[in-house]
Amino acid sequence: MELNIGLRNTKSAIFKGIIVFFAFLITVPLIVVLGYIIKQGIFQVNWHFLTSVPAPVGETGGGIINALVGSFIMVMVAAVVAIPVGMAAGIYLSENPRSKLAYYSGLCVDILQGVPSIVVGIVVYFWIVKPLGTFSALSGSAALAIMMLPIVIRSTEQTLKMLPDSLKEAALSLGVPYHRVILKVIVPCGFAGILSGIMLSIARVIGETAPLLFTAFGNPYLSYSLTKPMESLPHLIFTYATSPYDDWHNLAWGASFILLMFVLVLNIFTKVLTRKWKVQL
Amino acid sequence: MESTIVKAENYNSYFGDNHVVKDVNISINKNEVIAVMGPSGCGKTTFLRGINRMHELIPNATSKGKILLDGENVYDMNAIYVRSKIGMVFQRPNPFPNLSIYENVVAGYLLNGIKISKADKDVIVEKSLTSAALWKEVKDSLHKKGTFLSGGQQQRLCIARAIAMQPELILFDEPTSALDPISTSSVEALFHELKANYTLIIVTHNMQQAARVSDRTAFFYMGELVEFDDTKQMFTNPADQRTQNYITGRFS
Amino acid sequence: MYKKTNKFVENKRLKLSNSQLKWETIFRRILIAMSILLVVIILGVLATLIVESMPSIKSLGIGFLWGKVWDPVSNIYGAYPFLVGTLLTSFIALIISVPFSYAIAIYLGEYNPKGWLSDLLKNAIELIAAVPSIIYGFWGLFVLVPIIRTFEMKIGVAPYGIGVLTSSLILAVMIIPYAASLGITLIRMVPSPLKEAAYGLGATRFEVIRSVIMPYTRSGLFAGVLLSLGRALGETMAVTMLIGNTSAVADSIKNAIFGPGNTMASVIANEFTEADHTEYLSALIELGLVLFFVTVIINLIGKRIITRFTND
Repeated sequence: MELNIGLRNTKSAIFKGIIVFFAFLITVPLIVVLGYIIKQGIFQVNWHFLTSVPAPVGETGGGIINALVGSFIMVMVAAVVAIPVGMAAGIYLSENPRSKLAYYSGLCVDILQGVPSIVVGIVVYFWIVKPLGTFSALSGSAALAIMMLPIVIRSTEQTLKMLPDSLKEAALSLGVPYHRVILKVIVPCGFAGILSGIMLSIARVIGETAPLLFTAFGNPYLSYSLTKPMESLPHLIFTYATSPYDDWHNLAWGASFILLMFVLVLNIFTKVLTRKWKVQL
Repeated sequence: MESTIVKAENYNSYFGDNHVVKDVNISINKNEVIAVMGPSGCGKTTFLRGINRMHELIPNATSKGKILLDGENVYDMNAIYVRSKIGMVFQRPNPFPNLSIYENVVAGYLLNGIKISKADKDVIVEKSLTSAALWKEVKDSLHKKGTFLSGGQQQRLCIARAIAMQPELILFDEPTSALDPISTSSVEALFHELKANYTLIIVTHNMQQAARVSDRTAFFYMGELVEFDDTKQMFTNPADQRTQNYITGRFS
Repeated sequence: MYKKTNKFVENKRLKLSNSQLKWETIFRRILIAMSILLVVIILGVLATLIVESMPSIKSLGIGFLWGKVWDPVSNIYGAYPFLVGTLLTSFIALIISVPFSYAIAIYLGEYNPKGWLSDLLKNAIELIAAVPSIIYGFWGLFVLVPIIRTFEMKIGVAPYGIGVLTSSLILAVMIIPYAASLGITLIRMVPSPLKEAAYGLGATRFEVIRSVIMPYTRSGLFAGVLLSLGRALGETMAVTMLIGNTSAVADSIKNAIFGPGNTMASVIANEFTEADHTEYLSALIELGLVLFFVTVIINLIGKRIITRFTND
C-alpha cells in the first residue's frame, strides 16, 4: 500500500467522480428518448386519434383504434392463459423445490426467459398460423402468453418462497385442505408480489413486436375476431415508422406516446400496489 | 371417570431412513394435561405431529403403527378430517397475516368454506376468545389484523383459533418457547382452565413447565418413550435412570 | 349449544372433508400438469425449430454457418454475414455498456445504496429496461441516425447513418439495466466485515472497491454481462430498424462497423414472411435455431454462475 495518504485520497476521490459520472450519464439517453417521444407524440393524441382507424396514404387524420383494441384483446387473452398457468407452475416450484420435475421445469423457465422473442414468433407460426392457414390474433396471444410465463412463474415462486412455513402449517392443522391453504392463505399473503409480477409481465409484452410479426401480423382495419389478423400498438408503430410518409410517421409518434404511457403507468401502478398491498408478516 | 381419548400402538416415525420415533405405546385419558419432554431431537415433536397427521406433510416422512383417536385409527381416516378434529398450536405464534382477529378465530370454518351464520360466528368468536383469556383485551379491535397483537396475545389467538373448531384434543408444540416470561405465564395459566373441556398434549423442553402444568408426563429419549407417569411421581422418583439423568440436568 | 348440534356438524364435516380430499388431489395434479407443460413448451420449441429447419440442414450441412453468400434469388444460403453482424453489434454494445453497468452497480451498491437519489436512479434504470424496443428503434431512426450521419461525414466514411454502429449504440443503452441491476444486488451482498477489515487497515474507498468488492463479486458481475449479451444477441426490433438490412459481407473493417449489416434476428424479422419456398424459409428457421442455442447457452451459463455465487 502506498504511504502517501494525500495521493491515495485524491485517487479515491477521482474514482468516485468517474463512477458518479458514468452512473448518472445513463439518465441522459433515457430523458432524451422519453422527451422526444412525448414531444412528437403528445400533440397527435386527440379524440379522433383514439377512435378512428388509420387513414390511407394521402388522406390526413386517422387514428389508432384498431391497434388499441388489438393490443388490448391480445394481451388480455394472453394474460387469461398465462396467469393461471404461470401461477400454478410457480406454486409447484415453490412447494416442491427439490423434486425432479421442479428441477426440469425450473430449467425450462430459465431457458424460456432467454429465448429471443423472434424465435417465439417463428414457433407459434408453425403451431397455430400454419395449421389455421391464416395470421390470427389467437396466435399473437399465444406468442405473448409464452413471453409472459417466465415472469409470472418466477415472481410467484419467489414471493411464495419468502412466506414462512408456519403459515401453511397453521392452516393445514385446522384441517384446511391443501388447495384451500394455497388459494386462501398462501396466495393472498403473497398477493402483492404475484400481482407485481403479473403487471410487469403485461408491461413487458404490451410492447413486444417481434413475436407478433408472423402471428397476429397486422390489420389496417378494426377487428375483434381472434381468428383474423389483428393490429397491435407496437406493430402499428413498426409499420408506420418505417414507411416513407410523414402523415404515417405522425401516427406512429402518437402511437409511441400512447404505448409509452401504458408502460409507464403499468410500472408506476405496480410500485404503488406493491407497497400498498404488502402483507405485514 | 377415566376414558382413553388417544392411544398409540407400536407407533413409529421416519424421515427417510432416519428412525425418529421408535415403537411408542401410550394411552392418554380425557381431560388430562400431558407434558411430553425430552432433549432436543428426541422425537417428541415428531410424535406429536404424528397424532394429527402433520408429520406426513414433510417430504420423505413416513410412519408405521396406529394412533387411535376415540378408538379409531387416524391413519385409516381422512387426514383433513383428523386435522380438523384435533387442534394444534405451534412454537411460534402464527396468526394469518391477511385476516383480522375475528377472521383468525373462525379461520377453520372460513378457510374450509364451511358456511355458518354471522350470529353463530359471533358466538364462536366470543366463546373461543373468552376461553383463550383474550376476549377482554381484543373485543374492541376484532377487525384489526391479528399480527398487530403482542407475541403472547398472538399465541392465545392461535389457541382460540384451535378451540373454535371444537376439538376434544389440542396439541401444543413448545407453545411458549418463543414468548417472554410474562406471556409464558399467561399461556400456562390458560392450560389449567382449558383442562376442564379439553385434553392437552404439550411438548416442551422446559422441565419446570412440564412440572408446573401437567398431570402426567412422558419422557422421550432417542426416539423412545422411556417413561410415562404421574408428573409428581416422575419428578420426585423416576423409575428409569435416563429420566433421572435428564431431570438432574446430566444431559439436556 | 354446540354439544347438541355436534353430531350433525361432525357428519357434515366428514362429508366435506371427503370431497375436499378429492379436490386436493385434483389441485396437486393441476400444479404438476402446468409444470410439465413448461417442459413440453420448451421441448416443443426445440422440436419445431429442428424439424422445420431440417430441409436446410440436410441440403446445406454444417457449411451453412460459414457460407458467405446469402442470396435467396439464386437459392444460396450462408449464415456467415448474420453471424458476423450479430456478434459485431452485440460485442460493440457490450463494450459500450459495461462501464455504465459497472458504474451503476458500484454507485448504487456501495456509494449510495439508500435515499431518494438512489431510488431515482434505480427507477430510471428500471425504466430503461421497460421502454419497448420498438420505441428505441423509432427514436433511433429519426434522431440518432441523422446524428451518426453527420458524424460519419466528419470522419470521412460513407454517411449511411443506419448501420452496425448505430444499432450497437441503441443496443448498449437497452442492455445496461440487465448487468446493472444484478450488479447492484451482488455488490450489496459483499459481507461488511470484509470491507471493514480493509477500512480498518487504512484502505481508501477506492482501494476497498478495487481489492475487496471487485474480487469478491467478479464472477457475479461477469454473469450479469452474460445476461446482457444474451439480450443483445436476441434483440430484434430496434436492430432491424437501424442496421440497414444488408446481407452482403462488408469489404473492410471500417465498413463492417460503420456500414449497414444484418443480424440473425433482423434477417428473420425482415424476410420470414417473404420466404416463398421451403429452402429459403427453412434456412431462416435454421438461423433461429442457432440463435436459440446461442442465447440459451449464454443465459444458462450466466444463471449457473449467479446461483453458485448466491449460494456461497
